[in-house]
Amino acid sequence: MLYVTALQEGFLYGLLAIGVFISLRVLNIPDLTTEGSFGFGNAVAAAAVAMGYHPNISLLFALLAGFAAGLVTGFLQTKLKVHPVLAGIITMSGLYSINLMVRSGPNLAIGEGSLFKLAYAFLGEAASRDDKKIVGAILAATLCILIVLLIALFFKTHLGLCIRATGDNPDMVRASSINVDRTKIIGLCISNGLIALSGALIAHYVGYSDASSSSGTLIYGLAAVIIGEALFSLLPRSRRGVTIGLISAVCGSILYKIIVTFVVDAELFGANSANLMKLLCAVIVALTLIIPAARDALISWKNRWEARRA
Amino acid sequence: MSTDTPMLEICGLSKTFGKGTVNEHTALENVNLTLQRGDFVTIIGSNGAGKSTLFNAICGTYLPDQGSIHLGGTDITFLAEHKRAKRIGRVFQDPMKGTAPGMTIEENLALAYTRAHSGPLAPALTKRKSDFFRSALAKYNMGLEDRMKTKVGLLSGGQRQVVTLLMCTLVTPDLLLLDEHTAALDPATAEKIMEITNEIVRENNLTTLMITHNMQQALVTGNSTIMMDSGSIILSLKGKERDDMTMDGLLQLYTEKKKKAFTTDRILLSGQ
Repeated sequence: MLYVTALQEGFLYGLLAIGVFISLRVLNIPDLTTEGSFGFGNAVAAAAVAMGYHPNISLLFALLAGFAAGLVTGFLQTKLKVHPVLAGIITMSGLYSINLMVRSGPNLAIGEGSLFKLAYAFLGEAASRDDKKIVGAILAATLCILIVLLIALFFKTHLGLCIRATGDNPDMVRASSINVDRTKIIGLCISNGLIALSGALIAHYVGYSDASSSSGTLIYGLAAVIIGEALFSLLPRSRRGVTIGLISAVCGSILYKIIVTFVVDAELFGANSANLMKLLCAVIVALTLIIPAARDALISWKNRWEARRA
Repeated sequence: MSTDTPMLEICGLSKTFGKGTVNEHTALENVNLTLQRGDFVTIIGSNGAGKSTLFNAICGTYLPDQGSIHLGGTDITFLAEHKRAKRIGRVFQDPMKGTAPGMTIEENLALAYTRAHSGPLAPALTKRKSDFFRSALAKYNMGLEDRMKTKVGLLSGGQRQVVTLLMCTLVTPDLLLLDEHTAALDPATAEKIMEITNEIVRENNLTTLMITHNMQQALVTGNSTIMMDSGSIILSLKGKERDDMTMDGLLQLYTEKKKKAFTTDRILLSGQ
């Protein structure tokens, strides 16, 4: 059952992974707004529920909050010509304070207004804990797959194509009739909107929003994207389009959650396992990033060795 | 637009970079140029003569200091780059510049085509469009029509230039700018691309400006030739005068006009 929970979390954080994938791989921009927009969605959803809105409406508010965060970062980057990394950091820091204000404190409980509790209610009073977990996982999977489908379709529209081209060859896009600034801003809005939506769903899932919920989400998103790419690296490069990328990001997120659950469950690193998660995350990302360099070094070493023997 | 309005009219165009600094450089000086619909003008000149700056000013990469640019009767001197790009097709020397390498051939073509034909949320590729792109590419016998789903990054330079050319002309532009678009290719491929270029220009009766370093090519392609030096047009050849012109004659004229003969120019301009 632990792994069913991992699956559920994997799907919910999968939206975060898609968001990071869009900015990192499609737009080719290192966007550090992530932790800010994740927290923003998290806080806005909790506040909306606390104000008496329906959970679905709270998700919509979170999505819009993410759009707004992306809009600010995008505006800084394009119209005001701030370096992309700095633009993201600025928005993220600003959002930290805003999130505290939205929650009007370090944390805010959702209580009975949680989306998942509404779903459990369909099961009736007699439902066991395991039944609830399975229903939660199915709900998360449905939401995530639906959104992947929508985004995949979006990237096949004309606007979607323009956004992809902006990340692929900005020189060409600048010389064609596409407004680069606009496509970048729209791309960042969608990316951060999805990240905020992920934050909102996590607030519904754990039942409260707090300031620490968003810490580590950036590295998590990166890890998910990279693990997903490693998973799908067997596919020929020519077949790996945006749709495959979106699916691989979600798969990466799920696999990461399963690894984490396994490590903690098996106490692979002793009693400290749960505390080592972020270190593990950093190590996985670093290892995956150095694979190409390591492979080249190995090949050149092997060639030299064979040349010497000959 | 009446038929006698020139397609491109450039009046007194000037551009100086780094004005007031030690690096002050006059890139364009009082350039006047008029192209009627269907004119195909070749531009020659040594490095730094202002040819590419002229193209950049027409495209809006730089705004000029003085002068005006009219395209099909409307003033585009200060129009935003992406707005005028709708009406101008530009092919660069670098085959990497004109296409998105991570996208397939048909996606690249769709990008160029749909921007004029549908709303932002319409599907970029339909069966009908795919077939249309396929038949458009098939005309040029490059074998590309069977590789529509191949990423452009996997194509050769010549193949990429063909895709770029088609992208620029799929929606007939008011003006086609060719910036030494065959210079980075091997001679055989360059010749093939030039053939395709001529075919496309003739078919669509395109108004075209082409920069080249190959004097032979400059004289046989299009219907007039201009020579630039130090930001000005120093020579304009048309009709019989151009037909009778030889490469040596052109070099002779060039050195006369320039008054200072550099041996390097002979090498640079011979195109060999």
